[in-house]
Amino acid sequence: MTSLIKVWELPGGIHPPEHKSQSLQLPLGSLPLPPVLVIPLNQHMGTPAQPVVQVGERVLAGQLIGAADGTFSANTHASTSGTVIAIEERAIPHPSGMNSESVVIESDGKDEWVELTPCENYLSLDRLALLDKIRAAGVAGLGGAGFPTAIKLAPKSTQVIDTLILNGAECEPYITADDMLMQVRADELVAGTLLLSHILHHPKNLLIGIEDNKPKAIAAVRAAVAGAAVNNPEAAKIQVAVFPTKYPSGGAKQLTQILTGREIPSGHHSADVGVICVNVGTAVAAWRAVRYGEPLVSRITTVVGDALGTQRNIEVLFGTPISYVLEQHGFAANRASRVVMGGPMMGFTLLDLHSPIIKTTNCILAPSKQELPEPQPAQACIRCGICAEVCPANLLPQQLFWYAQAEDFERLESHNLFDCIECGACSYVCPSTIPLVQYYRAAKGTIRLHEIEKEKSDRSRQRFEFRQQRIAKEEAEKEAKRLARQKAAEEAKKKLAEKAANASAAPAAPTDVLSAAVASANAVQAAPDEQKAKLERLVTTAKTALEFQQKPLVPNKTNPVISDEQLVKQQVRIKQAELKLAEAEKKLADFLAQTSAAQTNTAPANTAPSVAAAVDMNDPVAAAIARAQAKLTMSPEEKAKANLESLRTRLAKAEEKVAAAKTEGSANLDALQQGADKLQQKISEALAELAALGINDEPAPQTTPAATPETAPATAEQSAAQAAIEKAKAKAAAMASMSDEEKRAEQIQSLQTRLSKARERLAKAEAENDANVDAFRAGVSKLEEKLQELA
Amino acid sequence: MALLNITSPHTHGANRTGRLMRLVVYATFPGIVALTHFFGIGVLINVLLASLSCIAFEALVLKLRNRPIQFYLRDCSALVTGVLIGVSLPPYCPWWLVISAAFIAIVLAKQLYGGMGFNPFNPAMVAYVLLLISFPVQMTAWATPLPSLADGQTLPSLVAALDKIFFGTAIDGYSSATVLDVMKQNAGLTLDDLYKQEAVFTDGRWAGAGWEWVNIAFLLGGIYLLYKKVFTWHAPVCMLLALALMAGVFYDSGSSNSGGSPIFHLLSGATMLGAFFIVTDPVSSAVSVRGRMVYGALIGVLVYVIRTWGTSYPDGVGFAVLLLNFAAPFIDYYTTPRTYGHKKPRRATDSSKQDGGH
Repeated sequence: MTSLIKVWELPGGIHPPEHKSQSLQLPLGSLPLPPVLVIPLNQHMGTPAQPVVQVGERVLAGQLIGAADGTFSANTHASTSGTVIAIEERAIPHPSGMNSESVVIESDGKDEWVELTPCENYLSLDRLALLDKIRAAGVAGLGGAGFPTAIKLAPKSTQVIDTLILNGAECEPYITADDMLMQVRADELVAGTLLLSHILHHPKNLLIGIEDNKPKAIAAVRAAVAGAAVNNPEAAKIQVAVFPTKYPSGGAKQLTQILTGREIPSGHHSADVGVICVNVGTAVAAWRAVRYGEPLVSRITTVVGDALGTQRNIEVLFGTPISYVLEQHGFAANRASRVVMGGPMMGFTLLDLHSPIIKTTNCILAPSKQELPEPQPAQACIRCGICAEVCPANLLPQQLFWYAQAEDFERLESHNLFDCIECGACSYVCPSTIPLVQYYRAAKGTIRLHEIEKEKSDRSRQRFEFRQQRIAKEEAEKEAKRLARQKAAEEAKKKLAEKAANASAAPAAPTDVLSAAVASANAVQAAPDEQKAKLERLVTTAKTALEFQQKPLVPNKTNPVISDEQLVKQQVRIKQAELKLAEAEKKLADFLAQTSAAQTNTAPANTAPSVAAAVDMNDPVAAAIARAQAKLTMSPEEKAKANLESLRTRLAKAEEKVAAAKTEGSANLDALQQGADKLQQKISEALAELAALGINDEPAPQTTPAATPETAPATAEQSAAQAAIEKAKAKAAAMASMSDEEKRAEQIQSLQTRLSKARERLAKAEAENDANVDAFRAGVSKLEEKLQELA
Repeated sequence: MALLNITSPHTHGANRTGRLMRLVVYATFPGIVALTHFFGIGVLINVLLASLSCIAFEALVLKLRNRPIQFYLRDCSALVTGVLIGVSLPPYCPWWLVISAAFIAIVLAKQLYGGMGFNPFNPAMVAYVLLLISFPVQMTAWATPLPSLADGQTLPSLVAALDKIFFGTAIDGYSSATVLDVMKQNAGLTLDDLYKQEAVFTDGRWAGAGWEWVNIAFLLGGIYLLYKKVFTWHAPVCMLLALALMAGVFYDSGSSNSGGSPIFHLLSGATMLGAFFIVTDPVSSAVSVRGRMVYGALIGVLVYVIRTWGTSYPDGVGFAVLLLNFAAPFIDYYTTPRTYGHKKPRRATDSSKQDGGH
């Protein structure tokens, strides 16, 4: 049974003349099929649907003609059977008088329907399937906003819904569409309420909110609830909440406040306070979508106003031109002051009467000139504050007006302009007949525009700054490289000069030459690396371009048909792309060939008298770096083993060479023998190191001396490593217990120590003319940077 | 047919500024009748002269400003100002005083600020206070109320009144101290003795001869305006409550130090006129409901303070209203209402982005 719930007082509000009786004199009517229907693809809030039919195609009633584009969109269906004669921009009912892509259907008069899939027991389907059905049927809020219903019925997991409100308030004067619907479809409304309740996991409160000026609807819904409660105990939970008539109690925020006492926080949805509010017509549409599989193709609309011969409610197909509806109701254009879609408080003037009935058309109001005369010229605001008294959102409309006139957008925001629901109560009561709502709309539009522009300019400023930074960084890097090259070249020159000076008595000289050569080779190589990367990028770009051109041409909105000319053009473009790719690949190949040639050229030049060195030089630089890096990550044992391994390989090679030289009687035999001996010695050293580390390698070919000088450092190294680990651990523990401030101080200190050490090293390196002096310098500057960052 | 692109709302209530102003004028009628009854024809001459000159000045300035004269005159705001000046000035005061008041109110206090809706101060009160300071003798010479007239003396005739107003011909014994003067100058008498001794009190019932009825008449007018929803109860009721509270707190059980009883303060001087016709002037008052409550209450407090402890002026409504006109933006700043969906009121200058945004 229905029980009374606490009804809260709506702050503000007005009592304009209701004008509801004239459209309720006649029963719910219908219209003969219009010859042509214009079905816009954006009848809802969100992205317009995408057309899925072609011009000339025959469609049936209920057939999908526009598919939802993304989640925040809604399907659009043909309202009757016929032929698609155009898919083009047509006028739609919109405050701006804008056009929108519409499917124009010439009715064949048969009104043949597609096959529908009914569902006897929706409890047998899971909730997602039910939501799918509602989504597929294109159900959107019929109260006026056109919010896609399937989205509304799927609140976030964090939003616990305890109240479902069916909005039958219909507070706008003149409109009686929901009143009529509740009178004639009360059973379906109750069924729909139970369906939505099921989808929302049975919220605690099921409320059907109706203003007390609709006694017939209230009686009908109460009877339907009582009837349903016989078979379904949940229906007994439904409460028909009747509350005093007051405009704008039908706003979702206001109705939520009236029935629950909760306010929806600014910028949030009602689901955030546990409430879902659905228009009664929408609930019926959702029910029909699930029960009968019926897509939303028609609605009840109030056709009212003194400029009409007949005033009543009609069940009307979407796409029916409003001019056709007016014509059917004896519209006298010379008497009408204007034609409004929606009610007199929030409706908008239709600029083109050929625009069609859509999902949100709850009323067509054609008032006479006496009924709704032209507004009077505005007088000065006397700040009487009556507007503030009637504002349901508790704003200060007179202040908003003041700041809107002054275009003081900051003050407008601080006076919560964006909480204005544009109900028009303030304008209605304004003794100076100031079109307040229009000022707020304009101000909101301007603020939104400013925000978009600001975002744009912010983005381009960031882009610009980033670009400047990048350029500066590149310049700095180039400069650093140039300096490095210069330095290396100078050093090499100096060394060469020294070598030339001591040419006769300097056996150590070759190594110097070698290092200089390596340095210069490295310096030269930096540039080719870049070049190579560039060429590779070129190839990739060319490949992408080719792939893009190779994509088959698809008919789309702008190009519905693909002409031969377009195909030829595409062929040409593919050819061009192929040529570009080939060119790019050739360039890369040439470049690779050049560089490898250059490397092979440098290799013989580097063959030094030292065989061991020669062996090394045969390896590419990159490999050596990789090895060095691998070494860095190895443990001491692994390092030692690897070292041993490589030494053994080298020894084997060297011995082979020695053997070969012997058989050939080469002049280099002595040198080779010497190298092999050296290697032998190194191996023994390595073995000693290993032994020191406590690892027994396979029986060594030679017994190692008990204590080579290296063993001590090795152990020292190990213990040092141990100590370092110990230290690091201690540091980590200390860090964990430190505050941020302390951490920072600690870091700064350690950086300072490191910096001073690095400076010492640098000084030393400079004094010794070390080849690594640049690296040291870089290290020092990095540390300095870090320190600056922290300090 | 030409379809007008008129935006919502398409309908409008019956409220018009002109209607509101006319209602205010009607509401002053009981007060004017009472004043005329007790002080004679001089009141009517004042009101007439002030209204006509206000409308004339308004029309003149509108002409100078190239504004549509008829359109703006139809809002009747100049008429209201004129009537209020007429009832505020002492009857039988010189004609130039009335015309100066109209000039100050309409030209200086209203049109120079931009006209209707843009004046920061109540025009009638600016005029009243300016003249009170400039011409204290003429401005404080109030006529003797009917009950206190000496035996055989009658209220001045029309001819005598016109003679006095336009030619300065003196009328014998026409003026006397008002109850507020008497209360202010009282030193050493308890209220009981004062009430017994002074003619203005002995001839009256609660708060002095004539004045109590004038105040009751203005109260009736105010109740009519409240009933007609021309303004809300907040500012006037808060002003009266504050004044009564102050009087109650400092009543001092009627000793010689007493400032007068609450009923004395409520029904003497310009209390009711101020509460329902001056404090309720929307243009120069605070805007929100809470703001208007604070605004009204502070005026009530100031009225008492000026009446009781002020040095030279017996009544304080004019000063109190002007001072609070100054403070209105300040009050507005701290009394913005809490908007739907917000946890607390936002200060009028808080432009930080709110949760959710838009």
